[in-house]
Order: sequence, then C-alpha cells, then structure tokens
Amino acid sequence: MAASAALGASGFGNWARLAAQQALTQDQLLQFDTFGNVSLIHVTDIHAQLKPIYFREPSVNIGVGPNRGEVPHVTGADFRKLYGIDDGSPSHYALSSGDFSALAQEYGKVGGMDRVATVINAIRADRPDAILLDGGDTWHGSMTCLRTQGQDMVNVMNALKPDAMTFHWEFTLGSERVHEIVEGLPFAALGQNIFDKMWDEPAESFKPYEFFERGGVKVAVIGQAFPYMPIANPGWMFPEYSFGIRDEHMQEMVDEVRAQGAGLVVCLSHNGFDVDKKMAGVVSGIDVILTGHTHDALPEPVMVGDTILIASGSNGKFVSRVDLDVRDGRMMGFRHKLIPIFSDVIEPDKEVAALIDEQRAPFKEELEEVIGQTDSLLYRRGNFNGSWDDLICDALLSERDAEIAMSPGVRWGPSLIPGDPITREDIFNVTSMTYGEAYRTEMTGEFIKVVLEDVADNIFNPDPYYQQGGDMVRIGGMGYRIDVTKPQGERISEMTLLKSGEPIDPSRNYVVSGWASVNEGTEGPQIWDVVESHIRKMGTVTVGENDNVEVVGA
Amino acid sequence: MDFTRRETMAIGGAALLVASLPRGAQAATVDELIAEFTGGADVADSGVELTAPEIAENGNTVPIEVSAESAEAIMVLAAGNPTPPVATFTFGPLAASHYASTRIRLAGTQDVIAVAKLSDGTFARTSKNVKVTIGGCGG
Repeated sequence: MAASAALGASGFGNWARLAAQQALTQDQLLQFDTFGNVSLIHVTDIHAQLKPIYFREPSVNIGVGPNRGEVPHVTGADFRKLYGIDDGSPSHYALSSGDFSALAQEYGKVGGMDRVATVINAIRADRPDAILLDGGDTWHGSMTCLRTQGQDMVNVMNALKPDAMTFHWEFTLGSERVHEIVEGLPFAALGQNIFDKMWDEPAESFKPYEFFERGGVKVAVIGQAFPYMPIANPGWMFPEYSFGIRDEHMQEMVDEVRAQGAGLVVCLSHNGFDVDKKMAGVVSGIDVILTGHTHDALPEPVMVGDTILIASGSNGKFVSRVDLDVRDGRMMGFRHKLIPIFSDVIEPDKEVAALIDEQRAPFKEELEEVIGQTDSLLYRRGNFNGSWDDLICDALLSERDAEIAMSPGVRWGPSLIPGDPITREDIFNVTSMTYGEAYRTEMTGEFIKVVLEDVADNIFNPDPYYQQGGDMVRIGGMGYRIDVTKPQGERISEMTLLKSGEPIDPSRNYVVSGWASVNEGTEGPQIWDVVESHIRKMGTVTVGENDNVEVVGA
Repeated sequence: MDFTRRETMAIGGAALLVASLPRGAQAATVDELIAEFTGGADVADSGVELTAPEIAENGNTVPIEVSAESAEAIMVLAAGNPTPPVATFTFGPLAASHYASTRIRLAGTQDVIAVAKLSDGTFARTSKNVKVTIGGCGG
C-alpha cells in the first residue's frame, strides 16, 4: 500500500500557504482537485450547534501508553510545529490553542449548519454522488434540541441529505424517542455494536452496515456507535441495548461485506480516536475510519497499516472531504482536506438558514435573553479543567451550598470570548442534557478518591480499549495531584479542601454537589437554572487561572 | 440497574477492597484450581477463545463466551471474585459445537480466565481483563 501513501495528499499544505498570504476566501477554503472515483463527506459531534459559535481547542490533551506524544495528543505550539502552521494564521486559530481570544476577534466565529450546507453542496457540485456520513452526537447539545427532543436537528440534518449515521448522545433522548426518530429517518441508522441486551445479538432497529454503489464501486459503510454508552451515560434510559467495542463482530462484518463484493470498506465510528487507532490494527480490511467522539480535528489522515483515520473535529467547526481512487477491489490512493468552517468567510445556504431560523423561532426570546457578561474567555476542552466548568463548579458551590462540586468531563460546549454577553442559549450550550439534575449529597473523602481514580482510569488507562473518551471530572472546592503514569488507585494524591487548606479526611463526610448523574431518580434543580441564577448574581463573570490540579507524568 | 447513589457507592467501595487484597494469596488459589483441572500438565497460551467486554456495562451480569475446537471441557475462573470458580463446561464426543456462553458476576475489575482441556489431552489457557467501573463522566 506504499502507492497509496505516495498518492495520498492532504489539502492542508495549500490551506496553510493561502492563510499565510492572508487570502482567506470561500473558493480557497473549498479548493480541491477532485480525485479518484469515490468521495466521502464526514461531519461528526455537531452537538446540535446550528448557529456559528466560538470553539477553543484544548491546550492539555495527554496521551498515555503507546499514544504518549502522538496525535491527537499534541496541542498548542507543538501542534503548529508538527504541521508547519504559522503562529497567528487562520489554521492556528482553527486547529490549536493559544492566543484564542485575540484570534477569535480577528477570524470570527466558526460553524453554523447553513455554512456546512454550502460546503456540502460545493462538494456535491464536484461529485454529485459523494457519500455524506454523520458520526453522531447530533441530536444533543442545545436548548432547542432539548426542548424538541432532537427534532430541530433531525429537520436540519434531513435537509443536508446524509446517507448514514451512527450514535451516542442520541440515546439519552430515551430509547422510545430514538426508535420514533430512527423509524422515519430517510437514511441508514448504523451500529454493528448495538446489541439487544436480553438476547445478546444485533439489535433489529440498527443495521450493521449499508452498501452504496458509487463510481463503479460497491462501497460498504459499517457503523460503530459509542461503545460505552450505558456506562458513561444513564443506561436506564435505553435499557434494551448493550454496546461494547465488539471488534470480533466488526471483523465478521468486514469479512461479510468483502465477501459480498465491497471494493471499499468505510467505518463510520464513534469510538474515539485512540480506540479507532487500536481497532485499525486489530481488525483487518477497513480502508477508511471516519472517527468521532473525542472531538479531535487533524489536518492530515493518520495511517495504521493500510487503514486511514480521518478526524473531523466537532460542533460544526469542520467538514472533511476524502476522495478515493478505488480500482480492482482496492483503495489505490486518497486525497483529503479538513475544511474549516469560518462563518464569516463561507456564505450561508439560504434554504438551510431559513430552516434553522424556523426551528429556533418558538424559543427565540428565551434563547436570546442576556443573563450576564463575561470578562474572561469561557471554554471547556482540556483534560482537567476549563473556565466554563470552573464557573459551573462555583455556581454549584454557592447555589447548592456545597463544600465540593463535581462537573462531568464532557468535551462538548462552545466558548465565549471576553466582552461577550452570556445568553441563556450559551448556558444551555454547555449544560443541556436529559439528566441535568444538580444533586446535593454527602460523600466520604475515601469515596471521592474512588470517584477520581475511576474517572482517571477512563482517560489514562494505557490500553485505549479501556478508555471512554471524556476528560477528567472537574472539581470545585478541592485540589489534588494526579500522576497519569500510575495504575488505577495510585494516580490521585494530596487531595486538599481549598476552603481550609486541610487534607481531605478519608473518613469524614463532605457535602458534594454535582450534575449529570447516571443514577435513576437523581433529584435537584436543573444545572442550567443553577448556573443562570449564579451568573445573574455575579452580573459580570471573571474566572481566574485554575491551578488546583497538579499534573505529573504528562 | 436501579441503584441508589448509596448502593453505587457500596459497589465502588467493594471494587476498591477487592483490588487491595494481597495479590499473592489470590494467585495461589487460581493457580491451584488450574493445577487441579490440568493435573499439573503444561498449558499452552493459544487454543481457547474467550469473548468478554473490556468494560462491564453491569458488573452483576457480564456476558462471556468461551470456545475451543475439540474441547472436552472448558473451565472459567473469575480471578478477583471471593470465589473464583465460575463454571466448567463439558462437551460430549457428539457435541456439534464446542462453545458456551453465560453471564457472570464480577466483584470488581479483574481477569477472567478460561482453561480448556482438548481432545488430544493437552490444555490451553487465555484470559481477559474486565473492568467494573462507576462510570458517568464520559462524553
């Protein structure tokens, strides 16, 4: 397959050069010399962001075991050096952290599904039968999505005419609602690892794969839903289903589609990057893995043996185009471009823009109400903390009168830059979910350590198959030290109650408030109401540097 | 699946307790059970398949599958349970397939071990680490 590596080209070099010339136009963002006979378009982890947003990429994203120092675990200046990106360029702003607030002022917002529609239409103008694939986490993440139980996203995505989709947060709408939507979807709902729990066999509502005839090639797209849904999210909301990586079954599916004449095998995955990278080495015969879940945006494909991995970011910030030359039942070459959706550069598609406004109309006033202002950059992504979560933890500590606050290490949630108003929509964008109750409970110091060790192992287990793809649970009111190189049970030390400066006593009970519990029957006010009340009292929000977590072994 | 927060805490606590037991003592027990099954014969590292989830969705009922071509018997052990023996499946000479599946309870993160006695009198062994977690912060 050396030929493929030689033929393979990323549009990234072009983009970086154009950026250096300060010539950022729609034509140049979309420029692509159509290649081969099959085109794939990949969007993933949109998290219901219909409108343009700011989205700061992480500055801390630690890789462990075989992935230490490997992409996507390279951030900031190191990332720019790796890909030859100039400081201050559009690529710097879109793909890496550092100087975010200043660059955001210069280059503006990103995403917007009406801009995404323009890009998709342009690709289809080059290649009318391009296959559009949605990696999931689409029907979750905004107020309108929560209030319409995903209908706003279904309506807008249907207008983009995807060919197939796989799933994660969609299931937190509850299995009944998921069934209702899936039954009416005009495209394939895929997941080779979505199993019926009772019978431990493939679930009837989700096909493992779908065939597409394109450019004289039989293309098989195999779906891979998020493997750890009932663990990372409330399993009681979709009790009929079991997931898991199930790479043996993936191999069976690849063999099955090859036996039926597939010339190209694409895996539309919500595994997370490191899990996909490992799976590419375990399962043979997959040509392309379109990865999702961990929200990484990589300007060039990563190759594992003969398999290429494409990482297309999140929140509507990027669209990936992959052109493939498939002949004699083999992928002979590829050309790829990660297209950044600069909202001020790419013209919105009028039809889709109108459709988006239609979805938002019933909630317009509620969405746009200004609750406060921010003097600080508010962002979430990063392994240990983000200023949005610091603010949310502060809200929990003060509004729920707690000693310690816990905020889940999810990777969704757009950013706000200093000087921005904070609207109710902004608060929902970082909190909305179907299990947002902010609980207040007591935990012993020992149990808090068990929780931190448990979550840390979901991120820093050296075997990617044991990672769930989120970030560390955010903690308010408490500091700690973490050695990411140690095994579970030995990573966390020096837990300190910040208020008193005293070490956490394993046997003492602490009042803890948090949200997004996976346990059924969790009680408390909704987290967005807690945060809104806190911000109203603050008026203008300022979030200081957070040095409460000391990281060792990164 | 209907845990209260308190019950979930108890599970977390149990997982911690199991993990902190002296490893030497456990290993001896599992080794003894395997020695008893094999009669002390050599055990090959391949020849038996064990399918189990990497992370259990519910530690109280973890689906596993074992298979070995020409197996006469397959013993399954949960190395970290207070009582490691789970089951021994025996296959008669007329058995069409040498495959069994069941659901097992795991007290915490641990290795599940399968040892097969093959028809030629040799033995094969494999194991898989299954993690039992509190969960709840992914996304």
